[in-house]
Amino acid sequence: MRHLVSVLVEDQPRVLTRITSMFARRGFNIESLAVGRTHLPGISRISFVVRGDDRTIEQVEKQLNRLVEVLKVVDHAGPHLEREVALVKVRVDGVEGRLEIKEIAEAFRARIVDVARGALTFEVTGHPAKVDRFIEELAPYGILETMRSGALAMDRGERAVRLKGRKEAV
Amino acid sequence: MTGAEVLLEALAREGVEVIFGHPGGAIMPVYDALYRRTDLRHVLTRHEQGAGHAAEGYARRTGRVGVALATSGPGALNLVTPLADAMMDSTPLVAITGQVPTTAVGTDAFQEADVTGVTMPVTKHNYLITDVNDIPRVVKEAFHIARTGRPGPVLIDLPKDVQNDEFTGSFPEDVDLPGYKPASRGHPRQIQKALEALAAAERPVLMVGGGAQHAAESLRRFVATTGIPVVATLLGLGVIAAEDPRFVGMPGMHGSVAANRALQHANVILAIGQRFDDRVTGDIARFAPQAHTIIHVNIEAAEIGKVVPTAIPVVGDAAWVAERLAAGARPLDLGPWWEMLRGWMLAHPFQVPEDGALRSQAVIRAFYEATGGEAVVVTGVGQHQMFAAQFFPIKQPRSFLTSGGLGTMGFGLPAAIGAQVADPEARVLLFDGDGSFQMTLQELATVKKYRLPLKMIVLNNGHLGMVRQWQDLFYDDRYSEVYLADSNPDFAKIAEAYGIEGVVVEDPAELGAAVERVLAAPGPVLAEFRVVPEEAVFPMIPAGGSAEDILIDGSEVAE
Repeated sequence: MRHLVSVLVEDQPRVLTRITSMFARRGFNIESLAVGRTHLPGISRISFVVRGDDRTIEQVEKQLNRLVEVLKVVDHAGPHLEREVALVKVRVDGVEGRLEIKEIAEAFRARIVDVARGALTFEVTGHPAKVDRFIEELAPYGILETMRSGALAMDRGERAVRLKGRKEAV
Repeated sequence: MTGAEVLLEALAREGVEVIFGHPGGAIMPVYDALYRRTDLRHVLTRHEQGAGHAAEGYARRTGRVGVALATSGPGALNLVTPLADAMMDSTPLVAITGQVPTTAVGTDAFQEADVTGVTMPVTKHNYLITDVNDIPRVVKEAFHIARTGRPGPVLIDLPKDVQNDEFTGSFPEDVDLPGYKPASRGHPRQIQKALEALAAAERPVLMVGGGAQHAAESLRRFVATTGIPVVATLLGLGVIAAEDPRFVGMPGMHGSVAANRALQHANVILAIGQRFDDRVTGDIARFAPQAHTIIHVNIEAAEIGKVVPTAIPVVGDAAWVAERLAAGARPLDLGPWWEMLRGWMLAHPFQVPEDGALRSQAVIRAFYEATGGEAVVVTGVGQHQMFAAQFFPIKQPRSFLTSGGLGTMGFGLPAAIGAQVADPEARVLLFDGDGSFQMTLQELATVKKYRLPLKMIVLNNGHLGMVRQWQDLFYDDRYSEVYLADSNPDFAKIAEAYGIEGVVVEDPAELGAAVERVLAAPGPVLAEFRVVPEEAVFPMIPAGGSAEDILIDGSEVAE
């Protein structure tokens, strides 16, 4: 089973190392990982995708909770949003290729964010599976480089990953 | 005040009385401040690993936080093994290490090592302090984390310039760690369910581990009321007195036949403060096949359900839960179950082979009989460790100090030093092997320096006996690199070189007199017993086997 998990952490040096080293040590299979600050000072949020059976996911949550700087762990098991941003640079030569590539990009609602003589760079946003497909479609034209953010996760509706004792949702 | 002075003041405010350590360049400001403090006793070891294990011995004997102090780089790295050992066996420890000045961090400076990086996987938490005003808060947090919840080691790395910086902050009263809220109480409904499951059980067993050492008083009342059979893991020995008729024994790879069969036939297992270690369970798929209900009491939620499916999880402190269990306990009617257990216990006691040779089992038993079991037993790791667990029944909690999870050879001597420093009146017996003892024997200097009246019993079989035993059983007698006798020192002379009384015993007829002489000595004694080399520890459940595969006395093994 594929699980999407969000973790709130204290923004301390090495907190990401603590988490990734624990994953490696315990043999958890992490597909992607994204990290960024939240609107609360000193609090960062990490989203990651992990594969495993229920027992593995339970261990992932429990082992994360053992870490002193981990404030909250949520497995997005209910209705949720999953988004990833990717930058994809594709080789272009000639007008024909350029048009084809633009058509593909439109179908995926990808935006051109940089233009050069021999390359176009797209920004695409969506479910990681959509990002996968976009990259696959462009592959025949020659991909120069890609950069993906990792999946970002959030529950739908009014549910929010909150800290106990704090009014603001994070 | 300087950072170094603030550090020591913060330690004193945590109730620290003893620090085990070894100085060096990057920790000199702290040692300089220590020179001017009379309330903090420093015990100088000869190697930082010795300081770490001594702090562990201190902590395991007292239940208080052990403190170790070392310099940067090599000094700090020598603490890695004790930290890992303390992590595995849930021992509360605070290690403080010097670090190169903050301006030099990351430049491959002299004696620099990334100690917070290296120790991350083997500590409960660690800190690198970069602001002198953080010292009191970090020390307070470190002690809080080390001793609460599931105890464990915490490391504080303190750069030299921060030790010298002028302090302008304050000492906090409280700890504020929003991400660290260990459970203390078990859920009352779960405890009720546990009591109900036990009341309905035909064949219940109580299984206690190292996490129950501080719950002994309540658990003993619980056992007295219910009459439930008890098994104890290696680290749980002493929680229930070994002479208690309800104590069945230690299960696991070298546990008793009866204790292993008790788990194999139990239909309800109440496990408190232990984690179903593979040396206890063997093959998980075949462990406790009749146990339809496992009740697991552990303060660490991550341990519950990690190894075995748990019907009734109780996340909470063992002492708190045990007190409620004792309060709700009713006598259990276990006549037929006890008949089975007694049968196994009578049929398969631990026996000293009676062939007239000098054997480890006989030596350990002789010390047990001569002391009446009134002693704190410390061991190294190997055959002698298992023999000590088998032949020295433990009466009191915190009286069997051994490296369980990590299995650290060389743990014994420094841990015994720590235990004796913590408890100067106690009779501390170290049972060690010739291999294990040589891994940390430089600490004889520490024994000498502080005139610690340790009784160090080296069971010298001239081999790495446990490895040899496996080679014997599983590697067709190919004794690869386990022979030590050709190059072992004369242990008694080594002791004498340190001004410690040395005794050598070869003749089994001298055993009784030698034991008396060792115990009567007012100061430290190192007694080398030259035991038979080809001894093996039985019973034995081969790794990956189950209680059904138990080799009772080795006679099952085809020559």
